[in-house]
Amino acid sequence: MNKIKDKLRLYTPLIKSLQTALLLITGLAGYMSARCPVTTRPTMLGLALSLFLTISGSTILNMWYDRDIDAKMGRTSKRPLPAGKVDPTEVLLVGLFISILGVGIGLAMDILYGIIIFGGIFIDVVIYTIWLKRKTAWSIVWGGISGGMPILAGRALGIGGIDWIGIALMLAILFWIPTHILTFSIRYRKDYAAAGVPTFPSTYGDKVTQIIIAISSVLAALAIGIAAYGIGTNWGFLRLMVVLSGGLLALAITSVIKPSEKVNFGLFKYASLYMLSSMILLMF
Amino acid sequence: MKKISILDRILLLVTGLLAAYQIVVGIDKAGTLATWAYTIAFGVLLVAGLLIIIMGFEILDSPLVVIVSTIIPLTLSLGLVSEYLPQYETVYLIFTIVGFLFIIFTRSAKNKALKVIPVASVHGIAGMTIFLLPIIFSIQGKAPAGFAWVGIGGALIGVGGLLLTFLKSGKAILSKEMILTVLPALLLLMTTAFVVGFSAG
Repeated sequence: MNKIKDKLRLYTPLIKSLQTALLLITGLAGYMSARCPVTTRPTMLGLALSLFLTISGSTILNMWYDRDIDAKMGRTSKRPLPAGKVDPTEVLLVGLFISILGVGIGLAMDILYGIIIFGGIFIDVVIYTIWLKRKTAWSIVWGGISGGMPILAGRALGIGGIDWIGIALMLAILFWIPTHILTFSIRYRKDYAAAGVPTFPSTYGDKVTQIIIAISSVLAALAIGIAAYGIGTNWGFLRLMVVLSGGLLALAITSVIKPSEKVNFGLFKYASLYMLSSMILLMF
Repeated sequence: MKKISILDRILLLVTGLLAAYQIVVGIDKAGTLATWAYTIAFGVLLVAGLLIIIMGFEILDSPLVVIVSTIIPLTLSLGLVSEYLPQYETVYLIFTIVGFLFIIFTRSAKNKALKVIPVASVHGIAGMTIFLLPIIFSIQGKAPAGFAWVGIGGALIGVGGLLLTFLKSGKAILSKEMILTVLPALLLLMTTAFVVGFSAG
């Protein structure tokens, strides 16, 4: 029993629980945007399980591949893999098993849904992490596309196909990702430089990065607003979305006009809160 | 600067949730201008609460606080005038826009009087409107008795505004530490009074 507890303690940080939870919520929101208030409980559970496994598996595989650069960054050097607390081969096998199980459940539930979540994990692990992350700062575009797959998959499962609302929801996540990742890469620029990972701040400078964050925040807010309108979200919730989007834009603009560490990290945290709130609002 | 505590965060979170509730369901019966005016007022309250939770009380040191804190009483009073005194709607809308722009433009003035007078007069008129209009209408029977709670919320917003204004002008009535200690509770009480009052109104 203690051995299992120890393993769980070591593996929990490998799935980045907060990020996994946020992406899982986007998938549930995508599904509920099509089916709320009538949702099928077994389908909801299947969706939650397959997405949780696929996203967790994807994160574990990324951690496995990036263990060498994680060891060079102060922020990540204490993670179980770079710290040598877990066996890399075991982690790879667990990551592959969980990913295959997640995609398998997805395919069994619905072919299109399964293909989309497979697309998500393929883009995230193969295109983003293995191929592009160490070559170009623009790799985050692919990270954004893979991040948008859970919500697109959830929506596709709900309506049985891909519609413009699903694409708009995916774009909302795609445009939100730079706000999330770029504020982070400004804060931990030294870490990324030490690991030799190209980022927007190191390639194009802070000013350009902050302008990109502001533009992507505007686009994310627009995409989510258009999608919410298309879904038929009631006026009260739409008003609340406008207010929350206003806060995001105000912070993004402040980070361009009067940049500071405090505003930058405030924007990072607010962007996560914004996305979580927007997803909850889409569920009703 | 006082560090934000767990209790402060909880009080601000409840304030934010009440403001969000008000935006979603509390103002549905109002006209278009009043609805958007109330949305802006409660929206600023919600976002400000979230930002204090995320970034701490240090955010109140920003010079933008004076401008942002003007938006709440101005738009709230505009909503009330639009809903209950529609004949003055246009005049008050002009006052709101001109007053707000005047405050923005005089913020960078070197003359202290030019900085203070617009803030004091605009806050004064908006604050008195929020305080008096609901109470008078309740007494006259033109609105339900419970609507007077909006006036009480107006009084509380006035207290908060005065404390912050005196603090910013360097002539604090209470110490900065004390103001920051009572601010989250004051914001919660004020928002609760508004929500209760508007649900009755």
